[in-house]
Formats: sequence, C-alpha cells, structure tokens
Amino acid sequence: MSEFRTPFPDYDVLDKWESPSWNDQTREAVRQRLEEVPKRQFLSAAQWSLLEAIAARLMPQPERDEPVPIAPWIDDMLHKNETPGYRYADMPPMREAWLRGLDAIAAEARNRHGKSFEDLPPEAQDGLLTDVQHNRVDKQIWGDLPAGGFFLHHLLKQVVGFYYAHPLAWSEIGFGGPASPRGYARLGLGERDPWEAEEHELHDA
Amino acid sequence: MLDVERPRATDGRAPDVFRPGKWVPMRSYDENEVVDFAIVGTGAGGGTLACKLAEAGFSVVAFDAGPFWRPLDDFVSDEKWQGGLYWTDERITGGGDPVELGSNNSGRGVGGSTVHYTMIALRWRPEWFKCKSTLGYGRDWPISFDELEPYYEEAEEALKIAGPLSYPWGRRRKRYPYRSHPVNAPGLVLARGCEKIGVKWSPLPLATLSAPRGMAHPCVYRGFCAYGCSTNAKQSVLVTFIPRALKAGAEVRDLAMVGRIEMGKDGRAAGLHYHRDGEWRFQKARNVVVAGYAIETPRLLLNSKCDQFPHGLANESGLVGTHIMIHSGPGVWGTLDEEIRQYKAPPCMAVTEHWNYDDTDKKDFHGGYAFMSQGPLPVGWAQAVAINRGMWGMKLRQEMTRYNHVAGLRIVGETEPRRENRVEVVEKKDQYGLPIPKMTFSYSDNDRKLMKHSIGSMRAVLDAGGATDLWVDDDTSHLMGGCRMGDDPDDSVVDKNGRSWSIPNLWVCDGSLFPTSGGVNPSLTIQANALRIGERMIDMAGRGEL
Repeated sequence: MSEFRTPFPDYDVLDKWESPSWNDQTREAVRQRLEEVPKRQFLSAAQWSLLEAIAARLMPQPERDEPVPIAPWIDDMLHKNETPGYRYADMPPMREAWLRGLDAIAAEARNRHGKSFEDLPPEAQDGLLTDVQHNRVDKQIWGDLPAGGFFLHHLLKQVVGFYYAHPLAWSEIGFGGPASPRGYARLGLGERDPWEAEEHELHDA
Repeated sequence: MLDVERPRATDGRAPDVFRPGKWVPMRSYDENEVVDFAIVGTGAGGGTLACKLAEAGFSVVAFDAGPFWRPLDDFVSDEKWQGGLYWTDERITGGGDPVELGSNNSGRGVGGSTVHYTMIALRWRPEWFKCKSTLGYGRDWPISFDELEPYYEEAEEALKIAGPLSYPWGRRRKRYPYRSHPVNAPGLVLARGCEKIGVKWSPLPLATLSAPRGMAHPCVYRGFCAYGCSTNAKQSVLVTFIPRALKAGAEVRDLAMVGRIEMGKDGRAAGLHYHRDGEWRFQKARNVVVAGYAIETPRLLLNSKCDQFPHGLANESGLVGTHIMIHSGPGVWGTLDEEIRQYKAPPCMAVTEHWNYDDTDKKDFHGGYAFMSQGPLPVGWAQAVAINRGMWGMKLRQEMTRYNHVAGLRIVGETEPRRENRVEVVEKKDQYGLPIPKMTFSYSDNDRKLMKHSIGSMRAVLDAGGATDLWVDDDTSHLMGGCRMGDDPDDSVVDKNGRSWSIPNLWVCDGSLFPTSGGVNPSLTIQANALRIGERMIDMAGRGEL
C-alpha cells in the first residue's frame, strides 16, 4: 500500500481557527507548532538524517512536498529531556536509549547492506525496521539495549505521536480538533455538528 | 508545553481559578509558626482533607510539588501541549508487568490527578470493604461501607455529581445532585450491546457539571477531559475543595517539593523540609499528613529515614511501599458502520458493573471489574494502535482514517494486593537530590484470569453492539496501596484513621491507604475516605487525642 486515501478530502481543521471552537490559548499553541519548528540541537547531523529517513517509513507522506515535521520535535524533546515520567527497568535513560538505538540501526544497515540506512531502497528499510521491531538484531551491535522495546516505546511511539499532533493529521482522519469554548452539541450515533468534518467515500489525498 | 516556572500562591494571594488573571486572598503562615497540619499533596486525598480541616478552624498549610494552574488561562485544547499536567520526574518501572506511569496515572499540580482524571464517580461495592469475610478473597478493610456511606454522599454533593435517576448497582441511594449527561455515541454502543446480551448498563455518574454552578458553566462536551478542563465544568479538587480551603484560611504552597519529614527527639514529627523557589525551607507543624499518592507517599516516608527510624518512617512492619495495586485495563476495540466520533464529550459516559456485582459467573477467579465506553484523542489513539498492533507505515496511516468509526471498551479490573508489588527508593537522585522511586509490578494468576474473562465479556458486548474487526489492547489505570491501613500494627502501615502506628502525629491520607483495589475508579473513595479521616481528626482534637 503506497497511496494514501482520506474520507475527508475537503476538511481542514484550520478553517476553524477564527471560530468559537478555538480560543487564544489554543491558537498560540498551534501557531508555535506550525511556525516554530525547532532547529537541530541534540542529535548529530548523521543521527538526524537517519531519524528523518526512519520517520518517512514509519509515517510515510509521499503525497506532500513538505511532510509534517517529526524529527525536529523528537530532537527538541531530547534536547529538553522531556521524559514521559518513567523508564522501564531494562532501558537506559531516555536520551541514552535514543542515541544508542539510532546508532544501532545505522550500524545494522551498514553491516547488512554495506550502505547507510538512508541509501537503502524502501523495502530494505522496512525489512530492517521490522527486524528491529521483532528483536531480530545483532546482539554485538545492540548490547543490552532491547531493540523491540526501543522500537515500540521510543521510536514508533514518538514518531506517531508527533505526527498526529499536527493539524494536517487531524484533518485527514476527520478529528474535530480544538474545541474550547464551543465544544459539541450533537453527541449521538451518526450525529454531526455543522462544524465537524463531513465524511465521503475514500478519496486519494 | 504547559509550564509554570515560579510559584503563584505567594504574598498572601493565590490564583482565582474562576476568573482569568485574578487573585483570591490567601492566609500566609510563618514557617516558624507551628501549624496544626502540614499536608503533603493537594489531590483527591490531601486537597479534600485540607478543606475539611481548614473549615473546622485548624491552621493548615498544604504543599504541592506542581504548579497552581489557572484552567481558564493556562489550559489548551491540545494533547501534546497539556503534557505538563503529569508527573514526569524520573521514575523506574519494572517487574514482570511494568506499569506505565506519567500521564497514565500521575498528576502534578494543585488538585493532583483530579485535574486530568476522567471524572468517573463511582462508589465501591459495599461488600468489598469486607471482601475476605463476605466474598472470601483479598483482605478486609478496617472500615465498613456503613462508615463511609455518609462521606460518599458528602463528596458527591461537594462535586455536584451528575448521575442517573437510579443507578442499577449498590445500596439504594438518594438522587445525585445534578441530572445525568446525555450519553455519547461510544456509550450508546455499550448500551446497545449490553441490552442485546441481557446485561444491565448505566450512564456514568460524572464529576462534570450538567447545569451551572457558581462561576462555572455546564460541560460543553469538548472531549479533552484527560488533558485538563479549560472551562471549569470538571469538578476537580483544584476548583472545588481548594477554593473552599483557601476561603477557610488554609495556605497552599505550589511548586513546593517536600523532600523529608523531620523527626523530633520526642518521637514526633517536627515539620517538613521542602524545596521552593530554588532553596530548601522548613515548616514546623503539629501534625504532618502525607498525601502524595501511591508512589510519592511511600517514597517520602522512606526518604525520611533517620537514626531513630533507620528503615523510614512508619515502617516498623516493613510494609511501607508494599502491596501496590493498579487496575488492570485490557480494552476491546471495534469498527462500526455508523459514525461514532469518539472525540466528543467525556471519554467515559456509560458503564456496566455487572461483573462487579454478579458473583455467579466468576468460575475461575475472584474480584471484579467494570467496563466503560472510551474516547481517546488522535495522539493517544494512534500510539495505542501502533504499539498494541505493531502497526506502522501507510497501513497505520490508512487505519487511522477509520478513527471516527471506532468504539471501544476498557475495564477497571481489580488486582490482588501482593507484597512483592512495591515501591522502593534507589540510589539515583532526582533534581532535588532525592533518591528516585522504583515501582515493581507483576500480575498474579488470578489477575490474569480476571483479565481474560473480561476480554470475553467486552467482546460479547461490543459484538452485540454492532462492532466488527474486534481487537484487544493492553493498558492499566490508577495506583493504590503502598501504605495500607489496618487494625493490626504488624500487618499495616497506619490505623483506620490514617495515623501512623509508631509516630502519633504522622498521618497518611490518599489512595495509598487502600488494602484492596476494588473494580471501580478510586477517586471518589479516596475523597470520601479523606472526608471521614478529617472528621475523625476533628473528633480526636476535641478529645485532646491529637
């Protein structure tokens, strides 16, 4: 599957920007997300480029000239050390897990294919990521870092989380988006307020 | 991200949560004044108790490690932005079934986890307080439902719970203060499924307004409840008991992390050391109440160890931090032809407690579970799909376009109190120089059997409700235990009133008191119990027993 299709082709959550569904506080938070995409501060240039390539496989956006930024927000999270408030006992602290995990994926690519991950064809990239997900990795490279745990609880969780925090993602799934102060009036089965996305048969994005 | 860097409740005033940018007067106590009660934590336990004691005329200072939010000014309709609501200091989670902490169960800020909770306000099944004697499992609480019942009523009144005309389970009760909310689409799927298989269901009693109250207007069904309520419809401790406490003369110190309880030579707590505005400070107190929830409460008692109490305070039995419980929370999800739009209204609006109250169907396990309709928002939903189904790439992106057709159910499942499930402190230090906590948790065989049974029940209801492509996810909620109350000093950390067996002016008042976990959300029981403990303290003070 390479083509993305959305049932909400003519819905843009940002059309509600000036509506009673948005207040100043939310406008400012979303404005920052759209306009103040952070510059690289924590990862090395190589790690950053690897993370961008991985994000493009975990959340592909082939139809967009400018994809929803993901790597910058992960780098920002690492720079600020914004942890989720816990770490698994078999995992190192968050920053260390990311640095070791990314370097291990880079090393796996070189070991297996003699190339950088970024230079692999998409099928090979997906194959490598699938192996990482299922712990089919070289223990020499990974050491005591659990590959599958890193993949699910750090890499995939954050890539997906930052993608679905973006208004473009809200629009393509028909999410109502910010809703203060207006909220919603029609709550029942099949009920839709006029300010909610209207669903169509699946369309190409 | 949501953040407040400097304390707001200072110089004789505190934020007015009902008026943007405004203040309310607040009494300030001198640190050298020996206040009647220094309370650590301002959530369901500490905030509720602070109000009760202040209104009875005691001098009270309540400390919270987090900020004093102004919901109308601060809170944004955004999952990521609101990440500042959660306790994100370093913690280690381990054991066979490590528990997700942070946003899953740990709030940070005045009002505690009630600021981000989903407002479910259920009483416990009466028999659970004596589950060993009446149902043959777990352990009896040192109090009965009869003792707690008037305080359930007081808590429900204080929170203006919006609930159904008659709730199908539990002891007959008087009307809920406010009318029930209309049930949203995910709740109606639960209702439809339950009716089809012949199991009772009910709209959930919720702590969010269905009619105006003072300066707060009714819930507008914006659906961001788990990320803080920006309209004050949610009756969190921040907008209910805290304003009352301030009015009655309590002081709240926000961004004040309590690191150690100081013991006097007389064997009584002398006060507490807390970190605020860049420095360590000390407050003298006649009584110290620890109400930091099931991880921070044991952590503070353990970190307060001294020559007199080398294993931590109140820990003669060695039980501080042990018997931590969670609620197991597998969920079942499915897709419907109808549009559900689960982002609208409070995430949980309908419940069945059938398997909490019906004991005939539990063939191979003891304990109970309730399950509720659900309403995840995109970030949380996408992460759940990705992690539980191992799904990514275009497949995940395409799957996410079915978001508006998804409905799910999730249990609040009882887990057993077991000694090996515990909170300890480890060598590593946090930003205050305090040893960080490590939580260890594994499910028991019984816990697993209960979850398995519940998945079958949820599948049956969701299938009958019209959902297809059912799949199961894995989650948990709530923390309980760690400083359990009891009748026997060798077998509990504190007595039935939360009073330490060994240090007469040291108390615990929060969810860590729970000897068992029950099969419903704990907040209303924590609050009812805090009101009860407050009243016992007032009684004891009247008799000169404090």
